[in-house]
Parts: sequence; structure tokens; C-alpha cells
Amino acid sequence: MAVVETKSLHKKFGAVAAVDGIDLETEEGEYLVLLGPSGCGKTTLLRLIAGLEHPSDGDVLIGGQVVTHLPPRARQIAMVFQSYALYPHKTVFANIAFPLAAAGVPKDERPDKVRWAAGRLGIDKLLDRRPRQLSGGERQRVALARALVREPQVFLLDEPLSNLDAKLRSAARDELKEFQQRVAITTIYVTHDQVEAMGLGDRIAVLNEGRVQQIGSPNEIYHHPANTFVATFVGSPPMNLLTRDGKLLGFRPEQFLPVAAVGERPGQVVFDFAVTRVENLGSDRYVYGHLPAVDPEAKVIAKLPSTVTTPVYVGDRVPFAVGGGDLRYFDQQSGARTDAGEAKVTP
Amino acid sequence: MTVAQRSADEIALGPRRERFLLDSDRLLGPALLAPAVVYLLLVVAYPLVLAFLYAFSDVTTGSQSLHFVGFQTFIAAVQDPVFLTTLRNTFVFTALTQLFVVLFSTVLAFVLTANFRGRWFVRFLVLMPWTTPVALSAVIWLWMLDSIFSPFDWFAQLLGIVPPGGHIVFLGQSGLAMGSIIALQVWRVLPLATVILMAGLTAIPADVSDAAEVDGAGFWRRLFGITLPLLSPVMTVALLFGIVFTFTDMAAVFVLTGGGPGNATQVLASWAFYKGINGGNLSVGAADALIMFPVLLGLAAILLRIASRAEVN
Repeated sequence: MAVVETKSLHKKFGAVAAVDGIDLETEEGEYLVLLGPSGCGKTTLLRLIAGLEHPSDGDVLIGGQVVTHLPPRARQIAMVFQSYALYPHKTVFANIAFPLAAAGVPKDERPDKVRWAAGRLGIDKLLDRRPRQLSGGERQRVALARALVREPQVFLLDEPLSNLDAKLRSAARDELKEFQQRVAITTIYVTHDQVEAMGLGDRIAVLNEGRVQQIGSPNEIYHHPANTFVATFVGSPPMNLLTRDGKLLGFRPEQFLPVAAVGERPGQVVFDFAVTRVENLGSDRYVYGHLPAVDPEAKVIAKLPSTVTTPVYVGDRVPFAVGGGDLRYFDQQSGARTDAGEAKVTP
Repeated sequence: MTVAQRSADEIALGPRRERFLLDSDRLLGPALLAPAVVYLLLVVAYPLVLAFLYAFSDVTTGSQSLHFVGFQTFIAAVQDPVFLTTLRNTFVFTALTQLFVVLFSTVLAFVLTANFRGRWFVRFLVLMPWTTPVALSAVIWLWMLDSIFSPFDWFAQLLGIVPPGGHIVFLGQSGLAMGSIIALQVWRVLPLATVILMAGLTAIPADVSDAAEVDGAGFWRRLFGITLPLLSPVMTVALLFGIVFTFTDMAAVFVLTGGGPGNATQVLASWAFYKGINGGNLSVGAADALIMFPVLLGLAAILLRIASRAEVN
């Protein structure tokens, strides 16, 4: 178990800055998720921490020690790759035993450790198979067992769920969280999937263009986004943003509901919602339209759970309400969160 | 004729059928296969049948007729005092050539897939023997190994291996002559093996080597534990190709030594050629050549098995 730290870490590929000055610090035994769109530098950051890439500038610290110039094998880390990167010519047993052999563990001690790791992931019966004889889910467990067997200080996981089908993915997500809590090893997990990030992370670091946009608990990231990038990247559908008095006014689609359904509540703000399209997705209804009184240009989406049965039709102007405390304000130029100022909407 | 009648006639006749002849699989398939089949029959099957026919007969370049004599030609071929030398030379020549080719091509493939300045130039140099016409390379090698003007002699004189003005005489001593034809053959086969191995190396996923690095493996463990085992199927293919090319090849011998000194560099292929064509004894030449057949058949079977296994994967 150890704390991983990066200090003004930079990595350039030619003229492109993939990682552009990242300062991060995990907590001991923490599950930290790096979330961002593809090309945001999250995988590069992970590879820098692993030692598979050398930073152009800055330092990586593991357990308080600078490891910037140490090779991966000196860093006491284990990594699970997106492709799992199992050794195709080795059996499951030999795959899991490989890090032990590399670490110089005596031959007679290896089988016990392999069985221990395989047991924790429930793959004891697969030890004689080869990777190509395994399903996607089984491969992922072998990769995890191979990472676990050396009892590393830090786990690095690079989108380990993206090769699984949707049904298996949610089960694997659950297992992964439970597994990490059991072994309590500091884990850095890279994903572009916000559902994975929200579900797994103790904290989430949202990355874009090689920089950390915000770091915080899933709740902070979702309800108190630091800027418009986080506000629109996290959440599906994204936060509604409207221009008002030189600022951007934002609110989440699921907090924007018909007054007829939520009733009159103190502090709520009511808008006339001009509906242009209604999508029924079964569990939710997405209502598309705009707010003529605030910003007729901006598209607004309301997400109505199936428990809200208020009839909404295309062409209608329906009064919708959002709680005054659920409104967020952003600077129009920088996109950063600001206070309401003169743009404040009052009931 | 009314309009209705005319259009009914047209529908009945339809567009001209000949335009769509090639849309029929029954016609298009054979049409496209025909050139290859003709080629195989004329240039592969016919000479092979002829070789079998000759090997079991008493035919010579001068004879008008051909009599079936059973295994007599094979017995005569094997009983020739030179035959055993030739057989041994063939195996030594093939084995040593392939040993060096595997070693060098592996190293070269690693070097040429690495990233460094001027890589294209080194690649060009390595692949050059492949593109050089045989006649040109023969002249180059004959000059390099010349008994008087060999540039190797200059270096040997400089280094004091031979006295000033002395010569090594590469092609005049049996050991050195064998070494020379092996060197030429390695030089010829190396580019193909290197290209095959380079393809194999680039096909190994980068993630797998990265994983081995993170798993704590150093350079040698990654090389012998991961990279070489993953490269070995491709290496087998390169090796088998090399063996087939070398076992049946007489170009190196023909260009450099003509089988000499004595028969010290005579291999089955060149022996069959000298006996059957130059010596006029077609039947014994064919028999000598056919003795290679079982070996090649075995190699071809292994190659085809590897190919079909690769298809399955």
C-alpha cells in the first residue's frame, strides 16, 4: 500500500503535450479513477506512473520516494491492460507465476502463491488452460490474479472492463470494487466511461487536454462541477447550459421537472419550457426544447423518470421548475464555476 | 404490333444473356483458375513426371528410346563413390547455412524494427542481396574470393594472418570452399528470413511486452521468456523456407566452385545437374535429384500444416 504522487508531470510527443502539468496525490488504499474523453492523456498518465513512458518534465513519487528514473520493475506496481496482455504461449498458471519468477521467488514457493491469487479471483479451475481457451471475463480475472500475486503497492488498471459485453461489465464492475476493498491496495483506474467512474471511484480526477479539470468525490464531480467541461462530460444527458447576463446558467436535466408533477416548492425557479421533441426510453422520458424567456438559442433537455406521468406534448409550453439550489453558474469565457452575481435567477 | 405486345415480347426475351455469362460461378471460377492450372501442369507436373520416368529408365541425352529398368539407376546412383560425399555435403551445407541465417536474421529483425536514425538505409542494405541479379552477385563474390585479387587477402595480410604477398585461396581448399559457398548462401537467404521475422516481431502486441516489463522482467527474461517464444512459429516458417531454398539449390556451388576442389563442395542438386546434363546421363541425374524428394515432401507437409493452423487461429 502506498501513496502515488505526481508533481507537475509533463509528457510531450513531438509538439503535442499529452500530459500537460499534472499534480495528483492519491490517498492510502484509495480507489482513484482517471476519467476523460479519448486522447485526454489519461492512459499516458498511467503509463508514466507505471514507468512505461518517461516524463518530459516533473516527477512521479510512490510511497514518498521519487521513482521517475526507475524502470517499471523497480516500482512495486502491477498493471492490468485494456487487452489484458496475457502471455498467449503460457498456461494460466505460468501467466500468474511469471511476476514471481521475475521477482526471484524460489520455485517451490510459487505454486502456493499462484493458487492463493487464483483462489481470490475464483479461477483455480482454469490454471491449466491457455488464454485463447478463456472467455473475456475469465481473461480479465487472470490478468487481475497476475497483478495481485506479487502483492504490489499500487494497482494500475487501464480500462479493464471495456472489452466485456454490457451485461458482464456491470457484474465485473461490482466484483472489481469488492475485490479492491478486500485487498485494500491503492488503485488508479483509467476509464472514459462515467458510469464506471461514478460507481467505482472513491475520488474521480476528470482529465481533458492533458490537464486535471477537477478532482473530487463522485458527488462533488456530479453536483458541483468545477467548469463547463466537467459539467457537460459527466452526466447523461449532460448539464443544460444557457447564457444569461454574461454568464452561463447550468442545471441537470433530471432536476428540471414539470411543476404539475413536483408542485410548488419554496425557492424553486419556474421556466416556460417550449417542447420540440419527446423521447420515451422506458425508464425515462427525455423532453427536448428551449426556454424562450432565458436563452431561446440554447437547447434544453429534461429527463423525466417514468414515475412522472404528467402529459407533455410537442408544441406545448409547459411550466417546468428547478430548485434554486440546483442552479450553477459558470464564467462565459473560461468556463470556470463562479458565483451567481447579477445573473442570479430568482423565483 | 401494339405497344402492349411489344413490351411483352421484350420481357419474354429479357436482356441479352451473353452479357452476364461471367456472372456465373460455374464459368468464372474455371476461367480464373485456368492460367494457374496450365502453369502448374506445364512447369511443375510435367517435369516432375518426366523426372520419375527418367529415374526408372536408362535414358541418356543421346538416346532415342527409353527402357524401363526398375531401381537399377537408383542403385547405380547410390553406389557412385561421390554420392555419399555429396549427401553429407548437402546436409552440412543446409544445416550450417540455416544456423547462421536464423542467428543473423533474428538479430537483424530486432535491430531493424527498433527506432533509430538512418534505419531506412540499413534496411535497404540488408534487403539488397535479394534484389541483386544473380549474375551480378556471382561476379562480386567471385572477385571477393579470387585466389589472387581477393580483398579478404589484403586484410589477412594486414593482420598478419598470411605473410605479405600471401594468399588464402578460398576456393581451392575444401574447408574454406565449403565456408565460401555457405557464406554466399547465407547472404542470399538472409533478407527473406529477416523480412519474415520482422513481420513476426511487429505482430507481437506491444501490450504484452509492456506487461512483462511491469511484471518485473528484465531484458533477457523478456527476450527468452516472452518475445522469442512468441516469435517461434514465424521463425519455423522462415527456417523451413530457408531449408527448402538451400537443400535444393545449386547456384552457390555452380557460381563459386563447380563442386570442387575435387568434390568437396558437391551437393545433390549440383551433382544431379553435372551428371545428368553435363555428363549426359539423364537417368542417373534424375535419380540423384529424386533422392531429395522425400525430404522435401516431409518439409512441404510440415509447412502446409503450419499454414493451416495459422488459418484456424
